[in-house]
Amino acid sequence: MSREQITVATTGLNNIDNPGPGIPVIRGLRESKSFKVRIVGLAYENLEPGIYMHKLVDKSYQIPYPSAGSEAMLKRLNYINSIERIDVLIPNFDAELYTFIRSSTRLQRMGIKTFLPTLNQLEERSKPFLYEFGKKYDILVPYSRSIFSEKDIYTLTKDFEYPVLVKGKFYDAYVAHSPEQALIYFRRISSKWGLPIIIQQFVQGTEVNVVALGDGKGNTIGAVPMRKLYITDKGKAWSGITIDDEKLLKLTREIIGKTEWRGGMELEIIKSKNKYYLLEINPRLPAWVYLAVGAGQNLPEALIKLALGMDVKPMEKYDIGKLFIRYSYEMITNLEEFEKLTQFGEL
Amino acid sequence: MKFNNKIAISDSGFIFDPTTGESFSTNPIGLEIIKLIKEGKSLDEILTFILEKYEVTATVLSKILDEFITTLIQLNILIDE
Repeated sequence: MSREQITVATTGLNNIDNPGPGIPVIRGLRESKSFKVRIVGLAYENLEPGIYMHKLVDKSYQIPYPSAGSEAMLKRLNYINSIERIDVLIPNFDAELYTFIRSSTRLQRMGIKTFLPTLNQLEERSKPFLYEFGKKYDILVPYSRSIFSEKDIYTLTKDFEYPVLVKGKFYDAYVAHSPEQALIYFRRISSKWGLPIIIQQFVQGTEVNVVALGDGKGNTIGAVPMRKLYITDKGKAWSGITIDDEKLLKLTREIIGKTEWRGGMELEIIKSKNKYYLLEINPRLPAWVYLAVGAGQNLPEALIKLALGMDVKPMEKYDIGKLFIRYSYEMITNLEEFEKLTQFGEL
Repeated sequence: MKFNNKIAISDSGFIFDPTTGESFSTNPIGLEIIKLIKEGKSLDEILTFILEKYEVTATVLSKILDEFITTLIQLNILIDE
């Protein structure tokens, strides 16, 4: 069967010890049975490994940080698109999603399609509002509260019992066993990611995760649950295994159904005494999405089909007991390549 | 006492719980006991079988078997009814 040739641009080429989802997404697309894909990598930093992975990424361009504003981003994308004719763009970072969602109509006019959550979906599942999200959709979510100053830490015992989770708005989470520890983590996270800091009740149990894809009409196109087997000091999964948990899949379908979720997502859930507490919804495919591909659900390919307006049938089966194990690997590259990207912003 | 049918056990003694993703290992005698439980044998029948096959006293075996069964229940490999 001949495969349709398309060009896909993607961010998240930082395949490091806290990896972005770009490379796993690309690996899924490379294995697509429907598309022959040209990959355009969009990088923020000139040492993102994916830039130099030429078997996976055909061409890379540096793009401005989201903090530079959407006009700067669109201007750069307009230039890249004039060369590459991008069919679909897959953003892979939480922090850039606002920019891309707000710009989706303008991107569409440029001929670039996306398949992203709505701004409302993005906002209501955000960490500061997740507890209210749980109440609205009748999903168990541990109690949480946003705090804006260090002195708020000393008021926490009114609502919380230690230990508590101290979380940044986009990234980072630490377990604090005392106000002193909470203060340390407040300072560490706020200096990096700003305010507010979210305090969430700690629930003892087993963490399980689900990677899923919603079609925006309430249907779950695919979902694969996983339990982390090895976690790095940054709390990232270094290996994991697909599991058979019908209750977890039911909860996933419930969340996608009630919210009419559009796009990729990762659910972070704590299973405690046969109850499932939703800790986070990450509004994009996670870095371990290639496990889903390996287990039989090519979610990146399905996302592309949805973006292109194609009909996608829900995938219900996947291999149980399939493992992923990450590894580190040194690429050797020439200074000329690094120079080219640094000086000209493309490689 | 019922065997959890979701649990997968290989001939090498590798045990996998697909619901939790947890895996365990048991030695050949542990595997033999699990197979007997799966066949629906009672504890007394298992005790008699092992006593006939291996050099062990009834007192020691009874204690070991109790501990092993407790572990299997804790790991959700057996369901205590």
